[in-house]
Amino acid sequence: MVYLTRKAEFAASHYYHNPAFSAEENQRIFGKCNNPNGHGHNYTLEVTVKGEVDPRSGFVVDLKQLKEILNREVLDAMDHRFLNKEVPEFSTRIPTTENLAIAIWQRLAPKLKAAQLHRVRVYETPDLFVDFYGEA
Amino acid sequence: MKAYLTRRYMFSASHRLHSDEMSPEENVATYGKCNNPYGHGHNYALEVTVSGQVDQSTGMVCNLADLDGFVHQHVVERFHLRNLNTLSEFQQAVPTTEALCQVLYDILQRGFRAAHLEKIRIEETMMNSFEYSGREERIR
Repeated sequence: MVYLTRKAEFAASHYYHNPAFSAEENQRIFGKCNNPNGHGHNYTLEVTVKGEVDPRSGFVVDLKQLKEILNREVLDAMDHRFLNKEVPEFSTRIPTTENLAIAIWQRLAPKLKAAQLHRVRVYETPDLFVDFYGEA
Repeated sequence: MKAYLTRRYMFSASHRLHSDEMSPEENVATYGKCNNPYGHGHNYALEVTVSGQVDQSTGMVCNLADLDGFVHQHVVERFHLRNLNTLSEFQQAVPTTEALCQVLYDILQRGFRAAHLEKIRIEETMMNSFEYSGREERIR
């Protein structure tokens, strides 16, 4: 089994708000991130797939295909977008880095044929990242 | 759903690697330049990984403000710009980064309650790093 990681970058804005909380609770829990006008990050995405090396091609996965899937499923939907308003998952879920990693996994997992998705890692900043392995 | 959140912190400290159980020659042979009696320093990077179910009311494994507050109070304020050899934890133990990993892991394990501590990782320099999860098995 070999693990292959592809990196991508996207820039997006978001804010944190739960309509079930009072204004004070939202402010206390989410702090500056609660500003409804949003703020942005340069996100770095690392997608790791795993599989056996195909003896004919020497590949775990065709990187060109993986890049196309990442572009279509993630970057086209999220790059230079306001996550709360333009990405359907975040009309009901708060676009934290945790939920972003989960949403990206859910977008990618059904599209990958040859290799199996192993990990989605999302860096919100160089000092903060979340890993999701598809665990319940 | 279970996610793993990692946060990175910086602190700078000095240390000297020296064991009282070894002869001066053995100390030099074992620790080389790190045995210099005046010590030397590093910019350490600490990565703390916590895990847990993502709370759907907040979208979080734990509130980052709680993790930051704990690490600043119990790690950064205690270790930043200090000589590790002078701290209580290193009166008996040599302050290698292996030992520092275990000390910082124990501080977090004992005191941080807002999420499960998965592992910590310390970079002593850009060229070496150490991981500790309090367990024998391999860290993923």
